Amino acid sequence: MTARNPSLTDPFARLNGRIVAEHRPWPRIEVQADIWIDAADRLSHGILNLLGLWGESQAVHMAVADTNDPNRILVLSLACPDGRYPSVGRVHPPAIRLERAVADLFALVPVGLPDTRAWLDHGKWGVHAPLAPPQNDVRPDEEYGFLPVEGENIHQLPVGPVHAGIIEPGHFRINADGETVVRLEERLGYTHKGIESLLQGADLERAARLACRCSGDSTVAYGLAFAHAVEAALGWSPPVRAVWLRALMAELERLANHLGDVGAICNDGGFAIMLAHCSVLREQVLREALACFGHRLMMDRIVPGGVAADIDPAGAARITALIADIRRRFQRLVELYDTTASLQDRTVGTGMLRPALATQFGAGGFVGRASGRRCDARRWPGYAPYDELDFEIPVLEEGDVNARLWIRIREVEQSIGLIGQILAKLPDSPIRTENGGSLANAASEGMAIVEGFRGDILAWVRIDATGRIERCHLRDPSWFQWPLLEAAIEGNIVADFPICNKSFNCSYSGHDL
Amino acid sequence: MRRTLFESLTRRPFTEKLAIPIDPEIARMAAELDVKARHRLGRSLSLRLVDAGSCNACELELNALSNPYYDLERFGLRFVASPRHADVLLVTGPVTKNMREALLRTYDAMPAPKWVVAVGDCAACGGLYADSYACERGADAVLPINLRIVGCPPSPNQLLEGLLALIAS
Repeated sequence: MTARNPSLTDPFARLNGRIVAEHRPWPRIEVQADIWIDAADRLSHGILNLLGLWGESQAVHMAVADTNDPNRILVLSLACPDGRYPSVGRVHPPAIRLERAVADLFALVPVGLPDTRAWLDHGKWGVHAPLAPPQNDVRPDEEYGFLPVEGENIHQLPVGPVHAGIIEPGHFRINADGETVVRLEERLGYTHKGIESLLQGADLERAARLACRCSGDSTVAYGLAFAHAVEAALGWSPPVRAVWLRALMAELERLANHLGDVGAICNDGGFAIMLAHCSVLREQVLREALACFGHRLMMDRIVPGGVAADIDPAGAARITALIADIRRRFQRLVELYDTTASLQDRTVGTGMLRPALATQFGAGGFVGRASGRRCDARRWPGYAPYDELDFEIPVLEEGDVNARLWIRIREVEQSIGLIGQILAKLPDSPIRTENGGSLANAASEGMAIVEGFRGDILAWVRIDATGRIERCHLRDPSWFQWPLLEAAIEGNIVADFPICNKSFNCSYSGHDL
Repeated sequence: MRRTLFESLTRRPFTEKLAIPIDPEIARMAAELDVKARHRLGRSLSLRLVDAGSCNACELELNALSNPYYDLERFGLRFVASPRHADVLLVTGPVTKNMREALLRTYDAMPAPKWVVAVGDCAACGGLYADSYACERGADAVLPINLRIVGCPPSPNQLLEGLLALIAS
């Protein structure tokens, strides 16, 4: 332990390096290894919070925020010409999987990383480190070594990648002592599509389409994150009406997903009537999205420079009627949940996530907020138009399935309120601008953090002088939630795994990219 | 709970009459299926989905087929948990190399006669990921495809249209 007192010292003090002028809106500095290690140390002490860690050819980048003031954000970059860098995961576990992914894609070795198994690379790509410059040898297709579990009567349940229901693929290795889960280990990467590689060299239009398909349930949020990052890089301001329409779409997406999740979690507790009713509400949201924006999931409707679909007064009236109807009917369903003791028997006390762990991992979304973490990218760091909107951020301390369900319920109510406010204030203007600013003669870089329904999505882009993507990284909130599911399930019965998993509802595709 | 249940008794159902014109292209593909085998199964099919690297949008819309508006099971179509119970394999996603083996094993576990439906643009042709080092170019790079339902993602109506073509007499 160091003698540093976190309450007195500026968390960014002495984190010095060469400032990269073309990076916006938060500073990026190129640092030496000692500063990098110092930052990792501060992460491990909880003074800083890890927002993301990504690689590129011969360099690693790490975005951190001041734990006590999440509006203060800094990106540190470390050149690693010899292909090695000091591991952050060595002292700060949330970085472990990120570093394993960087090693798979860029062949950059995190020195000191305790877990050096491949993560995204299953030995099937026919190429080793596909984003590293010289592509040469192939990783041998070897058996993945799961963590050992010792003890009498332990049995293993391998689950996936093909699951019983209509869900995404991933492998869960459950070690159980009788009915009790001793250890869950996840193995992901099955949906790795090489999105970051496809983004390199893509023009903005194609890149935006790729970004919108990182995770289909969060297509609006990803479109928004990518657009914000590009606009920050190019100093490009979308018209005011577009800003508000983006928020409208984002809240409709949040509403639809939360409604679906509330039904699905209850269904995993054996309470199918909730799924039936919630899926009707979800379907109605998607139908209005189709009627107003031309796509049920509003895919490709947010583009750099604005939005691709406007809403007419009739559409606004339809959405107003929709939210009035949902408000009334959802209230009844909440009462139904709140008065069904047999269902709460499945959710209360199940899948407890300790607040300390949620804080350490910087878990966003309902996972973090149900475990006492006061976070929401709409407010911290915040972006327009949420500064002009009135909404609350529900936080609970319990950290069980029940708490994650209640956070969603409260957020449905907040989103309904937000949609009403947005429609009432929707300003008039064009919905899209061409990039008026000088499309720099040099590379420009931008970063954005937006709140999807699942939590904070980070987007980072570098655009070259010709306006094409040189490097783009998109970090799903699930990176900091998947590992916590392993912790939350420990000591629960095997039969509660589905309901725990659904209460987290992490993204496979957004994580695997 | 009683109030909710009672209301459901007196309210008209959400389920909609199907008014979907069958696309000629879908009808043509369906007609090519082995008619004799299809008759043996009658008007009922068990479906098994494998997500072979989709973005999850296709799964959302496939899940929507079970909501009260579409109520897939009234047509004799149902999703089953095991490939050993399935007649039809639905494939979504561009088929990532990491999912190729799991997809093939699922197909091999299905009893004959069996059909494969590529759901969504990615499975139909590789979509945006066709040139990726991590993906095959869609489902027919790995399996014999009987039917393609395109769309990004296909809407529940498009999905129904395609699936009903399989059991149309």
